[in-house]
Amino acid sequence: MTSHRIRHEKARVDFGRPISFHFDGKSYTGYAGDTLASALLANGVRMLGRSFKYGRPRGIVGAGAEEPNALTQVETGAATIPNLKATQVELYDGLTARRTTGWPALDFDLKSVSGRFSRFMPAGFYYKTFQSRALWPKFEHVIRQAAGYGSAPEEADLDSYDHSHRHAEVVVVGGGPCGLLTALNLGRAGLNVTLLDEQRELGGWLLSYPHAIIDGQPGYDWLKNIIAELRSLPRVQIFTRTSAFALHDLNLIQAVEQLQDHLPLAERSETSPRQRLHRIRASHIVLATGAIERPLVFGNNDLPGILTASALTTYLNRYGVAVGRRVVMQTSNDFAYQGACDLARAGCSVVLADTRTRPNTVWEQRAHAAGVDVRPGYAISGALGSRAVKAAKLVKISADQNSISGDGPTIECDALGSSGGLSPTVHLYCHDGGRPHWDEEKLAFVAPAMGRAATGIYCVGGITGTFGLQPALMQAHEVSDAVLAATGKASVGERRSIETDEPNAIPARRIFRVPDGKVEGHGKKAFVDFQNDVTAADIHLAVRENYRSIEHIKRYTALGFGTDQGKLSNVNGFAIAAEALGKSIPDVGTTTYRPAYSPVTFGTLAGPHEGDTFEPKRYTPMHASHVARGAVFENVGQWLRPQYFLKAGEDQDAAIRRECIAARRGVGIMDASTLGKIDLQGKDAREFLNRVYANSWTQLAPGKCRYGLMLDENGMVMDDGVTACISDEHFAMTTTTGGAARVLSWLENWHQTEWPDLDVYMTSVTDHWATAAVVGPKSREVLAKVCSDIDLSPSSFKFMDWREGTVAGVAARVFRISFSGELAFEVNVDANYGYHLWEALLAAGAEFDITPYGTDAMHLLRAEKGFIIVGQDTDGSMTPFDLDMAWAVSMKKPFSFIGKRSFARSDTAGPNRKQLVGLLTEDPSIVLAEGAQIIEAPEVNPPVAMLGHVTSSYFSPELGRSIALAVVRDGIKRRSPEGQNAGRDRLFAYFGGQTHRVQVVSPVFVDPKGERQNA
Amino acid sequence: MLVLFCPHCQEKREEEEFGYGGEAFRIRPASPDTADDDTWADYLFMRTNPKGWNWELWSHATGCRKFFVVKRNTATNSIAGSWTLSDGRKVYDAEGGSQ
Repeated sequence: MTSHRIRHEKARVDFGRPISFHFDGKSYTGYAGDTLASALLANGVRMLGRSFKYGRPRGIVGAGAEEPNALTQVETGAATIPNLKATQVELYDGLTARRTTGWPALDFDLKSVSGRFSRFMPAGFYYKTFQSRALWPKFEHVIRQAAGYGSAPEEADLDSYDHSHRHAEVVVVGGGPCGLLTALNLGRAGLNVTLLDEQRELGGWLLSYPHAIIDGQPGYDWLKNIIAELRSLPRVQIFTRTSAFALHDLNLIQAVEQLQDHLPLAERSETSPRQRLHRIRASHIVLATGAIERPLVFGNNDLPGILTASALTTYLNRYGVAVGRRVVMQTSNDFAYQGACDLARAGCSVVLADTRTRPNTVWEQRAHAAGVDVRPGYAISGALGSRAVKAAKLVKISADQNSISGDGPTIECDALGSSGGLSPTVHLYCHDGGRPHWDEEKLAFVAPAMGRAATGIYCVGGITGTFGLQPALMQAHEVSDAVLAATGKASVGERRSIETDEPNAIPARRIFRVPDGKVEGHGKKAFVDFQNDVTAADIHLAVRENYRSIEHIKRYTALGFGTDQGKLSNVNGFAIAAEALGKSIPDVGTTTYRPAYSPVTFGTLAGPHEGDTFEPKRYTPMHASHVARGAVFENVGQWLRPQYFLKAGEDQDAAIRRECIAARRGVGIMDASTLGKIDLQGKDAREFLNRVYANSWTQLAPGKCRYGLMLDENGMVMDDGVTACISDEHFAMTTTTGGAARVLSWLENWHQTEWPDLDVYMTSVTDHWATAAVVGPKSREVLAKVCSDIDLSPSSFKFMDWREGTVAGVAARVFRISFSGELAFEVNVDANYGYHLWEALLAAGAEFDITPYGTDAMHLLRAEKGFIIVGQDTDGSMTPFDLDMAWAVSMKKPFSFIGKRSFARSDTAGPNRKQLVGLLTEDPSIVLAEGAQIIEAPEVNPPVAMLGHVTSSYFSPELGRSIALAVVRDGIKRRSPEGQNAGRDRLFAYFGGQTHRVQVVSPVFVDPKGERQNA
Repeated sequence: MLVLFCPHCQEKREEEEFGYGGEAFRIRPASPDTADDDTWADYLFMRTNPKGWNWELWSHATGCRKFFVVKRNTATNSIAGSWTLSDGRKVYDAEGGSQ
């Protein structure tokens, strides 16, 4: 076994607490504090999967969010979570995980065969091969199976999730040394500080470098002290295991806090959430997100056992795991030295190839003292091995250009670490539009320290390219003081220099791709992006095929896709593309950084907004009555309305038929409480109505009601409803159920922005009134039993009148209006009496077999009368004239009401408009589909001119046949009898692959003279 | 998600409390019936739609229901301020209207 435990006291794992876990069906032991990755490495598990495209063996590369390979499926059944990075999964007792790649089996992967044919699978392979739609279905099944990573759970999620909304004066993202020091400076000054860190414990990269000396103290002691003081500050809140994954406009940070993922399944609470989404509005944000080491690109650099140098160091120092015994490293910079020294002191043999001919002399001396074999001017041009790294091929590279100047030894090894420099974690800085800039000296895309101070965003430490500990800590002081100055707080404590034992850094070598002496594409595969199997040769190929923009190169090669979002690969990819394009790196630029920084489960994003709490539900006061009478409900906006009432032995159609017949022949009752109701008062309320409705309100006397069409400024119908005149300065408007809120906002808009001089006040009273519509020839008799103070006689209480009185002992407004065409009374009472009213009317109507009916019957009854439903029979392109409702438009009103002028627009006034008609099928039993197309001839030979479509369609119990409403070009002239002349009323409706002969008729099918409603 | 200041409630609130009302200070022709087609079409259909500072109408839909104006940069989402309709009009005019 090559990788093994080194039990040293600085490790952040508890060797006294062994933990057993299962991976791919085998049992292993790790320790409290391990990640799944560190425990697997400690157990000698190297190969964790196969690569995406070529099926090459892959192992762990990184030690945190940057990990591209080690995607694991954790737990099973409903608790399973796909694609967790083993480097971020905290080990707990009984943890069960498996690899997500390698099909059909890890040891034999079908794709590894394709690896041998890889010159046939270049960048853009899928684009090129499957452009033929005929071929794709044949390949899709195999490719999908071979290409997948983890699988989503098939059962419902057992866990609950929580959302937290908070405000902070300052949010500090990142709990490394800079973030901690900044939070301390700000917290000491009394600011409300929220500190977020994605790891189990605070400390950031310092946890991987325990030998650092800060301010004369060992690094861990310095950490312990600063954390203790932070925790003692009352206005500082610290969240660990909390990953800030998005930064949005106006300083909104989203972060996900893992509350239970680290606990054994048996210890997890069912009553508390698994994860919590924090949405934090911050006046100031300090990004101390650090940097991620990128590897160098060289031949066979994807073999298991090849990691970033910093990952090797982290596994050793933080987790007590040496990934190998014979370690070869290569670096372009100073950062790999500490790890090399630590590995050598831990007993590994370490060869460090420094691509610079002149390394940092202080580090060189320290490395020699630790027993590291430093080879200046050397690089690793390729790794050897098949399932794991076995050796490294060293070459001499020239001092001034990235080319081979001489041969070097091949050194056997079982672990290989490389460092190509640090890439600042600028993601959050860029989410809301910030762009990083290329720092040629630091060889990194960096964010400025003062960030966007004008909007309260600051950056400190590695993210700014300040990679040395001492200068970074001093920068933390500066940024702290800038934030304090911006908030008007005085700084507390002195800002003295903080010394560390870190030597002054010298410049890194500018190298991304280590040369192998061959033309790109002819040597061993050199991977840039492991997760997407993108090689340096792929990027060169994309450029040869004339992809110029880095955004296009990304999409063509898949560079930077996937769960790691290119955290290791992007800068190398950009640099290789720049070289191939003959441009500078800043000219090539970066791709766009978008949320989320790391994957977030849908459950967390949804939080508690699921099931009953997904959206508020609105119930009418009569709801309990409906439930008791077998109502089947439908959602209308947020309202629950009875759709129909089922009696024993009935199906939906039978129920609707029974309800319709009751309303037409006897008496029905409908809950109309959901209609939007707006109370308008003021001296100019009448004038206001004249302006917002198409018809005239000038003559409407108290005690009278009128139907109105509300138009938008294009002259198109947007809402309709009945408005009653309560008094000269007081009107009660009703709107459609779904349009209530929109109409109120529309009216307010016009009043406030255009006509603030009008004295009118609007109040939504939808919820204040409950409405029962008593409908049918016997409705008067029913109402008479519970109402004694209103004269209900036809001569006194006429159609479109309203009266104030007492119904069932309750003060009521009774409107004699009708949406069914029958004699009908709509009784409105205080909503608190709605249930009482409903029950009283049902009791009074019992002798007449009063029948509650729902929205289905309501729709059918109104369609028989040709009454439109705005939004069903209209679609925002219908004028009152298209609806044949000129009677509802008053062109003589002095004020040019909303929409009037647009009637004269050439398109609105022109011919060939779609207009409302009725349709009768030749075969009365056929009910047309709503949405069926209206065409001229029975033959369907595309292209077919579409004359219109069916908007409403039912089987009418009253007529014993089907009826439909439709909008048809020039429909009004086509209606029988006028349209019969030229046979223009004969058309066809097409749906479900069949054409049906239809006749265009008036949309009023029942009682065209209105005798019933006027009875 | 924006944070907007309602000049009537004197409160900074999350965007979900507000409704967007489009470009502010559009003028309805004084006598639509005599406005020619071009004038009417311009009023109906044309908007400035700038990249940069934009005066826009918002309503505090779940609050006071009042409409007010916000000067927002459409490219950066920076917000210069919120005003009541009448106060905003003065600032807008002082800036030279839509310029």
